[in-house]
Amino acid sequence: MEHPFLPILLVFVMAALFTGAFLGLSAILGPKKPNPSKLSVYECGLEPVGDARERFSVKFFLIAMLFILFDIEVVFLIPWAVTYKGFIAEGMGLFMLIEMGIFMVILAIGLLYVWRKGALDWR
Amino acid sequence: MLVLILKILIPFLLIFNLLPLLIWVERKGSAYIQDRRGPNRASFFGIRLGGLLHTISDVIKLITKEDIIPAHVNKPFFILAPFLVLFVACVTYAVIPFAHPIEINGGIFTFQAADLNVGILYILAMSSLGVFGVLLAGWSSNNKYSLLGGLRSSAQMFSYEIAMGLALLSVLLLGGSLELSALIDDQTAAVWRWNFIRNPLAFILFLTAVFAEANRLPFDLPEGESELVAGYHVEYSSMKFAMFFMAEYAHMIVGSALITALFFGGWQVPFLSTEFLRTNAESGLFMVLLAHGVLFMIIGFFLLGKFKSGKYGDKRDYEVIVIGLPMTVIGLALGLYTLLHGSFQLGDMGRQVFAAVLQFGVFMAKILFFCWVFIWIRWTLPRFRYDQLMHLGWKVMIPLGLASVAGTAIVMVL
Repeated sequence: MEHPFLPILLVFVMAALFTGAFLGLSAILGPKKPNPSKLSVYECGLEPVGDARERFSVKFFLIAMLFILFDIEVVFLIPWAVTYKGFIAEGMGLFMLIEMGIFMVILAIGLLYVWRKGALDWR
Repeated sequence: MLVLILKILIPFLLIFNLLPLLIWVERKGSAYIQDRRGPNRASFFGIRLGGLLHTISDVIKLITKEDIIPAHVNKPFFILAPFLVLFVACVTYAVIPFAHPIEINGGIFTFQAADLNVGILYILAMSSLGVFGVLLAGWSSNNKYSLLGGLRSSAQMFSYEIAMGLALLSVLLLGGSLELSALIDDQTAAVWRWNFIRNPLAFILFLTAVFAEANRLPFDLPEGESELVAGYHVEYSSMKFAMFFMAEYAHMIVGSALITALFFGGWQVPFLSTEFLRTNAESGLFMVLLAHGVLFMIIGFFLLGKFKSGKYGDKRDYEVIVIGLPMTVIGLALGLYTLLHGSFQLGDMGRQVFAAVLQFGVFMAKILFFCWVFIWIRWTLPRFRYDQLMHLGWKVMIPLGLASVAGTAIVMVL
């Protein structure tokens, strides 16, 4: 009996070969005639001012932080969701619902707090 | 081992042969939605296949174009980004079951590359990885348009991933398993047991989230041409540029497969269960073959009917005959053979294979339908503004997702 993740490994190898082949083919088959204007920044014909290594809006950072919080919430809910049906069959459904309901209400309050603080407003 | 390799290779080739077809459908579909003719010039010995060859000529053109790596980019990440984007799009299909498992010599043969017991988690993990490719592409290009496109795209994908996870949770509650095959089994062949009827809210949330994950209109802000030229792939050229688009279409196909598997009963044939198909395989085979014969003949006659002598005055006139005549002949032969043969005798194995093939066909039909929905919506709806996008993601989709999970749980316990 082979390991259940062996096919996944094979899929990874195959996908890497396939994708790598495309990268390699265009590098081999295409002509190579570089010149300064080809290698410059694409800026719709204008002279570029500085490069892109600049500060950007903190909003993006905030969204990333909130994403981690709420995605972890989803991850915590997954085991509960999968076993929920079994607990209902055992007659423990209401208990599980209330337990997870408390968790979800706390998170909903968190979302409401973030919302009221204006972190979700995009200005 | 050989069986395993075939199980991996066949769906992979299938998905990647759907890509050019889908691009063609998108071009033709958009053309007809916008009242144009669409691509119809590229030909191979005078046969144009209604513009299908344009896709192939595009691939050849893109591969033989100069692969420019601009002087100002971070080279390793610049090359890694398209690789990662396409790679992630290539690996997600592995856990999707294409038909009901069949029994061979006492062993069970599944129609999915990897029979993981955590299939859903695998899909979530892989679809999250897609963000890295986009972010790397945007950042390593060292171009302001790319940077903004990459940031927008990653923020958008993050936001909608939560809604996607919540919609998935509702399905997991109903199915009670992390295996896709178990979730499909749970939906059964009865249409009212399919999850889009049992939980329509989760279906709408999931559909929207898949659109946002695939960066398709109305969520294609990252490559909003009017603001950011082309977003995160401004600096890419040649095949690297095309790889982003291939990834987009691969995401469409895999996304459609997921929507089908999670909400539309996967490979379940509407109202016909696997047992029913197996017991009635003989009459079923008769009807399927006859229907295919008639279908081929209708398409063949339609094409032959379009023949008009001297329309162009060269060999283009005859292309409808070149395609239409074989189709008519094949359809006629298939229909006659079926009728003359009368009843078919199938062994136990044959019955199982018949059911599997039919289920596979139904699954593909559902996938193609959702691919068409992607294209249809793209050419019908206008693009969101970015603040509207974030508003929808955080203030509408996430509360609705929480409501969907809570609602499903409460209804289930009652």
